[in-house]
Amino acid sequence: MLGLDKKDTTLMLVVAALALLAPFILNPFPEGSAMAQFNAGYPDLMQRFAIYGILAIGFNILFGLTGYLSFGHAAFLGVGSYSAVWMFKLLSYNVIPGIILSVIVAGLFSVVIGFISLRRSGIYFSILTLAFAQMSYNLAYSVLGNPSSNFNLTNGETGLQVYASDPQILASASAPEVPHLFGVAMRSSYQLEVGSWLFTFNAGYYLCAVILMLSFYVSVRIFRSPFGMMLRAVKSNQQRMNYTGLHTRPYTLAAFVISGMYAGLAGGLLSTMDPLAGAERMQWTASGEVVLMTILGGAGTLLGPVVGAGFIKYFENIFSKINEGVLHQWFGFLPDGMESAVIWVVEHFVGPGWHLTLGLLFMLVVTFLPGGLVQGGQHLWRLLAGKSRKEEHAKTETQSTPAE
Amino acid sequence: MGILEVKNVNKRFGGLKALSDVNLSIAEHSVHAIIGPNGAGKSTLLNCLVGKLIPDTGSVMFDGQSVLGRAPYEINQMGISRVFQTPEIFGDLTVMENMMIPCFAKRDGAFELNALTSIVKQKDIIERAEHMLEDMNMIDKRNMHAASMSRGDKRRLEIGMCLSQEPRLLLLDEPTAGMARADTNNTIDLLKQIKDTRDITIAIIEHDMHVVFSLAERITVLAQGSPLVEDTPEKIKGHPKVREAYLGESA
Repeated sequence: MLGLDKKDTTLMLVVAALALLAPFILNPFPEGSAMAQFNAGYPDLMQRFAIYGILAIGFNILFGLTGYLSFGHAAFLGVGSYSAVWMFKLLSYNVIPGIILSVIVAGLFSVVIGFISLRRSGIYFSILTLAFAQMSYNLAYSVLGNPSSNFNLTNGETGLQVYASDPQILASASAPEVPHLFGVAMRSSYQLEVGSWLFTFNAGYYLCAVILMLSFYVSVRIFRSPFGMMLRAVKSNQQRMNYTGLHTRPYTLAAFVISGMYAGLAGGLLSTMDPLAGAERMQWTASGEVVLMTILGGAGTLLGPVVGAGFIKYFENIFSKINEGVLHQWFGFLPDGMESAVIWVVEHFVGPGWHLTLGLLFMLVVTFLPGGLVQGGQHLWRLLAGKSRKEEHAKTETQSTPAE
Repeated sequence: MGILEVKNVNKRFGGLKALSDVNLSIAEHSVHAIIGPNGAGKSTLLNCLVGKLIPDTGSVMFDGQSVLGRAPYEINQMGISRVFQTPEIFGDLTVMENMMIPCFAKRDGAFELNALTSIVKQKDIIERAEHMLEDMNMIDKRNMHAASMSRGDKRRLEIGMCLSQEPRLLLLDEPTAGMARADTNNTIDLLKQIKDTRDITIAIIEHDMHVVFSLAERITVLAQGSPLVEDTPEKIKGHPKVREAYLGESA
């Protein structure tokens, strides 16, 4: 189907099903129950899952296939965000021009940054991209963002947003005063109550989900194309590439630009969900985050980056919400002295300490599952499926399919 | 006029004169060996031919065109393929993929952005790669990871990858270095078969005299950066200058 083989079609259908049914899947616990705080099916978080999934899918095309570790992808995310908000300011709140421009501008940026950074490989490449991202951050934060100057591109630390005085030359009176897709506001939701469950279907999320599915599809096609094979060859042996008559630079640059455009798309979508773009999106921690997502999920696999992105965003939003009050509820059954001891230990790992848990988890995954969570999933699947499948796996193992 | 003409090539590394006034002519369709003791400049010369090093002075012409100043991939596209001392293959890829990549390079040139077509649909490339694997007797290994093969098989694959580009000149840098005797003999047989069945010129750098004398039609002896003698294997064998270069004056 659509130029994919049977296995990839199945994978694509699974991703589509997960994306479209996310409001159900992420809300397994009834409202008001003790577990309800683990529900992730609210629009804001679901949008983040999809958007960071797109970012990680793009990053994986560069890092997973060519092995070039960029530490500057936040720059493209930020550039995309600013571009989209500028479209809102100049044209109208319709999201389509914003999303298109964010991809184009991020693409142009990545041509320039990639052209220079790709002259080096390994750690030098990483440092160059990091330097560019930090330069972009500082430009956005102060130099290009002075509100009192005539050339205020980013609005500094306040962040770029839409004001009533902005031209919005294409705005029509009937359209809502928030980002919308031909009149459908991104923030509008439909809520469905089934028993004590509450499911929220948000317009913005579904836009992100559809774009995520498209992004995933394109990434599968790239992985299975001759171009994708060349990128894996770059990772494997550049020397042999050169002596086989292949020019590696255009291949790596193309991969860099494609992944930069993915990041720009993600940035544009972030602005679409909330039309306020700040410079902090370009900070190096944001670049580091997407590296973590990709490695945690499984670099070089198709599904890995999406899994990793979902995992980290879930931790960031759900684990960080567990505070002392919640812990008292959980461990209330313990005797007093023990309760406070247990809480004292646990509270370092939740709430603001969620980074600690994530760090430990990351160490475990990198040490024991170098292929990421996807590899863990495959191990588990093999264990569960038992012996009858073992032979089949032994057969597929040696075939030319990069893991999904 | 040979297919490869090296004229007055000099290369200096700081105070060391690695190549001095090297002249070499390799005739088309011949097997030409370049031998010499350690440090004679064999590898430097080879690197000058494939674009890895640029000589200080002199010229290197391939089929009437200068190769100087061109990048390795450009020189390869002109028709020179190189086999390395330690097999350089794509270890993370399968044998079949390894063989497909040079086929793509031959068909599409140095760069082609065919990102949305499927590999499975590239029937001509698949056919060509399979054909080459059959020629190399490796078709049963097509789905193996290249890195997991034996040294001899890696060498075989690398030679096959070079041949699938239909080069006019094949450069081999100590193709049997570090190989067991059986693997060495297999490689010799393979190279003999290539020489007999293909429209190709072979230049080979080698330490192993067994290999050199079973393959070469012409031999150039390099010593201390310049060619000492060039002749047929029979004449080289007993040449006093060669003995001197290899064994020292007293020999």
